[in-house]
Amino acid sequence: MSWGFLRDLLSGVNEYSTGIGRIWLAIVFTFRLLVYVVAAEHVWKDEQKEFECNIRQPGCENVCFDHFFPVSQIRLWALQLIMVSTPSLLVVLHVAYRESREKRHKQKLYKNPGSMDGGLLCTYLISLIFKTGFEIGFLILFYKLYGGFSVPRLVKCDMRPCPNTVDCYISKPTEKKVFLYFVAVTSCLCILLNVSELICSGQIKEM
Amino acid sequence: MDWGSLQKVLGGVNKHSTSIGKIWLTVLFIFRVMILVVAAEKVWGDEQNDFVCNTLQPGCKNVCYDHFFPISHIRLWALQLIFVSTPALLVVMHIAHRRHEKKRELRHSEKVDVEELNKQKFHIQGPLWWTYSCSIFFRIVFEAVFMYVFYVMYDGYQMPRLLKCSAWPCPNTVDCFVSRPTEKTMFTIFMLSVSGICMLLNVAELCYLMIKFCMRVPKKPAILK
Repeated sequence: MSWGFLRDLLSGVNEYSTGIGRIWLAIVFTFRLLVYVVAAEHVWKDEQKEFECNIRQPGCENVCFDHFFPVSQIRLWALQLIMVSTPSLLVVLHVAYRESREKRHKQKLYKNPGSMDGGLLCTYLISLIFKTGFEIGFLILFYKLYGGFSVPRLVKCDMRPCPNTVDCYISKPTEKKVFLYFVAVTSCLCILLNVSELICSGQIKEM
Repeated sequence: MDWGSLQKVLGGVNKHSTSIGKIWLTVLFIFRVMILVVAAEKVWGDEQNDFVCNTLQPGCKNVCYDHFFPISHIRLWALQLIFVSTPALLVVMHIAHRRHEKKRELRHSEKVDVEELNKQKFHIQGPLWWTYSCSIFFRIVFEAVFMYVFYVMYDGYQMPRLLKCSAWPCPNTVDCFVSRPTEKTMFTIFMLSVSGICMLLNVAELCYLMIKFCMRVPKKPAILK
């Protein structure tokens, strides 16, 4: 039970997605989930162990690390992946509901339970709005918590019990910066795809 | 043997659950089990290693850690998830029992289509209604008990940055620093909120089942006429 579970869930969504939706799914799998699992997780693996402060005062490193990283960037990224993928399940649930309705009434109520019309189109649009909302929300959160997507090499810390202003060094700052920019770019790309899908689906509805 | 095996077992319950039950299962697996495995376990991964006390006295750190964290949050959550999922097994067992009975009945009369029998969905009525409702009731009780245990054991849900420890063999009152307290507090609040949402879903499902039961009962006198 891990990212494979999410991957299996989202594979089910693929069937009921539009063309742009499938591109979105491919980007999420390849450029976000896969990159996270095979690369990014290892970059942040020993973040606290390798966070070093120029002091021998016990507890100073712990407190400074907690001050500068209230929530680790890698955890935010994981939460973002989960929250951004979940709205697609609304579509799967709606299709399952349609299929169970057809079974219950024992007659064909819909042209095809998975066809994007009527209520299912509304559900799809709502899921797109939620996805876009979560993407933007997490980007803002990243920006607010870390003052952007860059990772400094050195931070100055004067929290108690550090006896004075102490230099603390973050491990692998450049590599982390590269991955965070990657997160930002893929998020923006996914937002663009969601917005274009919203516009296209809105036009289909009008027609 | 891991969370995947629990998912396989509970997947069987999903078919026979109400819509609220299906939503509960989805919330359980995505927002609790998955978050526990992919994120929370890593936050608590180095908890004892990075628990630092301002003393060189051997054993002091161990004793203080054990004093302040008798059971780690992660282990409590894992236990909570197992206990909360287990009542659904009552439903699984009841359905398996009914299938077995049906197979035995059909074996005497005609050829048994095992596959169709296994795919058959049982409606939540009669004795299955009681089993299902009991399972939801137990789920609610276990959720509440674990939330209370968390509150009592950790005196609230906030993880402090600094703990003062004077347990033996520490020579005096020693400052001990917890690793990643803010991140841990955030995850504790998150898991707590999702537990609360799951409890609400269970209560709603129980109310829905009771309403369904009450609506079915008045119909009986009409049938007798």
